[in-house]
Amino acid sequence: MEFLRPATWDEALAAKAEYPTALPIAGGTDVMVEMNFDVHRPSAILDLNRITELTQWSNDGGVVRLGASVPYARIIDELSGPLPGLALAAHTVGSPQIRNRGGVGGNLGAASPAGDSHPALLAAGRDVFVEAASVRGTRLIPIDDFYVGVKRNSLAADELIRAVHIPVADGPQQFSKIGTRNAMVIAVCAFGFALHPKDGTVGTGIGSAAPTPRRAVEAEEYLRGVLAERGLWESGDLLGTEVIQRFGELVKAAASPIDDVRGTADYRRHALAVMARRTLTWTWNDYSKQIRSAA
Amino acid sequence: MSARTIQGQKNLQNINQASKDGIGGSPLRPDGNLKVKGEFAYSSDMWHEDMLWGTALRSPHPRATILSVDISEALKVPGVYAVLTHQDIPGSKYYGLEIQDQPALAIDKVRYHGEAIALVAADHPETARRAVKKIKVEYEVLTPIVTEEQCLDPGTYGYVHEPHEYKSHAYGNICHEQRLVSGLGVTDEVRALADVIVSGDYEVGMQDQAFLGPESGLAVPAEDGGIDLYVATQWLHVDREQMAPVLDLPEEKVRLTLAGVGGAFGGREDISMQIHACLLAQHTGKPVKIVYARDESFYGHVHRHPARMHYEHGATRDGKLVFADCRIVLDGGAYASASPAVVGNAASLGHGPYVIPNVKMHAIALYSNNPSCGAMRGFGAVQAAFGYESQMDKLAAELGLDPVELRQLNTMSEGDYMPTGQQIDSPAPVADLLRRAKEMPLPPPLDTAHLDVRQLPGALSNTSHGEGIVRGVGYSVGIKNVGFSEGFDDYSTARVRLEVIGGEPVAMVHTAMAEVGQGGVTVHAQIARTELGVEQVTIHPANTEVGSAGSTSASRQTYMTGGAVKLAAEAVKRALIEKGRRRYGWTHDDITLAGGKVVSARSGALVSMVDLLGDEAIDLTREHHHRPTVPFDKETGQGFGHVQYTFCANRAVVDVDVELGLVKVVELTAVQDVGKALNPLSVVGQIQGGCTQALGLAVMEEIIVRDGKVRNASFTDYLIPTILDTPPIPVEILELPDPHAPYGLRGVGEAPTVSATPSIVAAIRNATGLALNRIPVRPEHLTTELPG
Ligand SMILES: Cc1cc2nc3c(=O)[nH]c(=O)nc-3n(C[C@H](O)[C@H](O)[C@H](O)COP(=O)(O)OP(=O)(O)OC[C@H]3O[C@@H](n4cnc5c(N)ncnc54)[C@H](O)[C@@H]3O)c2cc1C
Repeated sequence: MEFLRPATWDEALAAKAEYPTALPIAGGTDVMVEMNFDVHRPSAILDLNRITELTQWSNDGGVVRLGASVPYARIIDELSGPLPGLALAAHTVGSPQIRNRGGVGGNLGAASPAGDSHPALLAAGRDVFVEAASVRGTRLIPIDDFYVGVKRNSLAADELIRAVHIPVADGPQQFSKIGTRNAMVIAVCAFGFALHPKDGTVGTGIGSAAPTPRRAVEAEEYLRGVLAERGLWESGDLLGTEVIQRFGELVKAAASPIDDVRGTADYRRHALAVMARRTLTWTWNDYSKQIRSAA
Repeated sequence: MSARTIQGQKNLQNINQASKDGIGGSPLRPDGNLKVKGEFAYSSDMWHEDMLWGTALRSPHPRATILSVDISEALKVPGVYAVLTHQDIPGSKYYGLEIQDQPALAIDKVRYHGEAIALVAADHPETARRAVKKIKVEYEVLTPIVTEEQCLDPGTYGYVHEPHEYKSHAYGNICHEQRLVSGLGVTDEVRALADVIVSGDYEVGMQDQAFLGPESGLAVPAEDGGIDLYVATQWLHVDREQMAPVLDLPEEKVRLTLAGVGGAFGGREDISMQIHACLLAQHTGKPVKIVYARDESFYGHVHRHPARMHYEHGATRDGKLVFADCRIVLDGGAYASASPAVVGNAASLGHGPYVIPNVKMHAIALYSNNPSCGAMRGFGAVQAAFGYESQMDKLAAELGLDPVELRQLNTMSEGDYMPTGQQIDSPAPVADLLRRAKEMPLPPPLDTAHLDVRQLPGALSNTSHGEGIVRGVGYSVGIKNVGFSEGFDDYSTARVRLEVIGGEPVAMVHTAMAEVGQGGVTVHAQIARTELGVEQVTIHPANTEVGSAGSTSASRQTYMTGGAVKLAAEAVKRALIEKGRRRYGWTHDDITLAGGKVVSARSGALVSMVDLLGDEAIDLTREHHHRPTVPFDKETGQGFGHVQYTFCANRAVVDVDVELGLVKVVELTAVQDVGKALNPLSVVGQIQGGCTQALGLAVMEEIIVRDGKVRNASFTDYLIPTILDTPPIPVEILELPDPHAPYGLRGVGEAPTVSATPSIVAAIRNATGLALNRIPVRPEHLTTELPG
């Protein structure tokens, strides 16, 4: 097995072009586990840990460009303000050790339906992009086009993830995850939710309840409609149980979970509805407080 | 073979503590800091020049006929030194803890998912793994026999072991059974005496010991044709007893030394890699190390028996138990392991610490094509406690009585009789334990004004900000036996040596006791200090150079091997004093040892040990046998079967998110009588650890098996409690001496594992109102009846 240790981004791209089957390793919290379980026997490993720019982020006020290897611990410490949904998701990942090593680039690379970043990224809106690069050039993949199958993403064989572009939150965001223990657990199912008052939309993300992370499109559309028609964005008035209930039902309907060792399909649907209702309630309460205090 | 080339043997040798660290003190464990800092040398850390790595090919099928095994391609892999099948075994092909029914390598058929078929030794672990993949096995896959119905109908579904292969009194896929009747038994006439009758069906999932240090060891061939094995195990001598016939060696040529053990909980009581490593070492003439990968560990050791139980209890209107009837079906899996003892415990302890005038019981262990089950902390008693304690709550609800009061109306005390007819002849403060658990202050209610998600079910998963949370409280009490039962003489041996080293009297304690984390080595040093009045005690590495110490299980080691150390130290003390009498002509009748001197209570110090000993060492070995027991009568279950009983009571306080089915145990109180706490800090640690393992069984720990296949052989999906799942565990210790036991002590390690699980389930029932007849309780069990 070859062990490639590029010092710069360009060297990394060149290496990936030369060895398209090389397995990138960032924090290694997925890669090393899978190698231990003999899931992978890669011909080469491409270590990205010397490339410091991958561990940096920038914020131009509108969009955060998050380096692929910024670990979860730093997302929590440094980005809870602009990326509250992702920071809440990061809080739920593994243990302190895992949060010190793992990051969003690896989560996207693994593209597990149970990855905790995904619901938060989907909820952050349709303007979230994965910056993928190869010696051929750079492209921005919309998050909605990124997940293509169970543990499959839309990266080409010669591409690497450089960063993720995430709009700075313009409203409250939440993330909830079900696990059968109170820490260090892979999601039985998860839900990300965000209010986007600027363009009058809402964002959702469902984790671990379909072959890929996915958006609850009808739930988003329903809520967008209700908020607009009733002038709720302006008034900040209560949503009412009927709306909350309906939203939960639509989120539930958007999932297509299976029974597995972690939980049953029925439970996942049920829990998604509950999490959808609760996260909507929390974000809306926060939003209406903001509106009212501004008024 | 020089021991100097073996690394990883130095963990437990030096305990230099002052004599305030005799019994009743709490000196710290010698391995504690090392383990916390990651410096402890575990069995998997051993290394030897020129060593090979062994690994096994394991069956992907729970039941199949092996048509052929072709090892030729594997042998061709460069770096491979040996590929062995059962045909290469020099001696007996079978072994087993109680019944020798397990082939060391599969012979013509496999009976469970993960059964070892062939072995490879290579110069690199990766090479060995690759070679294993090149072994070609042709299987005829058969439908596995996995449910109770299938097992009990061999005419339709077949046999796990053909009846002519049975090596015990097994019949029809039943590995072992025990019946019990006391009083009038349970008949319609007896039922008619009860005002109320409650019954229930209960199920316990397959728990795993989930020790963190995988099975591992190093086998080194010796010049005399024998083998030295350095291994993490629970009982060196019983390993040797099973290994020697397979290796075709006399026992004295199979020498075992304990290596650093990373947890055991019963899972190391059976053979795992011991025989395999030795076969490869014998065959290649080279040292062979085997370390299981995590998934292999889940396949390679026995688990807790899953159980299905039917209970029926009758009581008078005022809450006095009239009868109890029970049937317990334990799934023993493919091989017997400890199943007979598990059945014996389930049958004899399965009605709990209660006085019940009329009792019936039928307990069986099945042979099936599920993973083998055997010893795990509290075996037999754990499963049953979930049944009888659930029944007590049900009965209390039916009678409108407080669940603790109902229990107290029926709890046993000293002088009462077990359903086996055995009289409880030492303190049994069961009602008092419950009273104390109930009187401990309750934790404050959830502070809804200042919520911290970390304190809620789901914690940082952020599923609730106070919504759906309901608090529940539950109680339970349990009974466990200490030591091996039913006529087994599980004696322990200890050697104590007293000599002068560097101008100071130093005691050395040498036993074959497996230190698996229970703190036995600390206690041995404490006993030697107290009995010999010395400060310095050295613990010799545990090995088979000294006689058996029995198993580190059944809550027995402090009682049994601690008792042996006491006997040996007392003998050394007598010999030393006798030496003084001969030399100085003392006539005092009040001589003892203290502070490094021989002292008389009236006359003061007589002579220092240093002067009395000179360069002579006193080196004596003693065996400690517990009082004899007898087997239970097969039909009536009667007999003086157990050495000692131990009791623990718990109160659990839980917060349940009733909408999502998530549970947070808020507090888990334990009250236990330990007879005498030799090391109070260790005792509290054992009780808290036992409670935590019980919590795991209550709400998360289960090996999931479908059609005989293990579905979660990793810590990704076999969940054990983290620190965020583990609540404060206030412990109250009672010390009521047992006159039959050394220092009056009572085994500690298992009772809380027996008793705590039902209290947690009771608390969840209290919060949800649900029946919850199966453990572990999963979120979907709490939400299925809810609209979503
Ligand atoms: C104990 C434990 C607990 C865990 N708990 C959670 C959890 O709660 N939630 C969760 O979501 N995950 C969890 N994980 C999984 C893992 O930590 C996360 O998926 C993490 O985000 C992976 O990041 P990493 O940097 O370690 O990735 P790596 O392991 O280095 O890589 C993961 C995948 O991404 C690819 N990759 C990495 N970087 C790039 C790149 N720049 N470009 C292209 N491909 C790339 C790799 O080739 C590999 O396929 C856990 C893992 C462990 C061991």
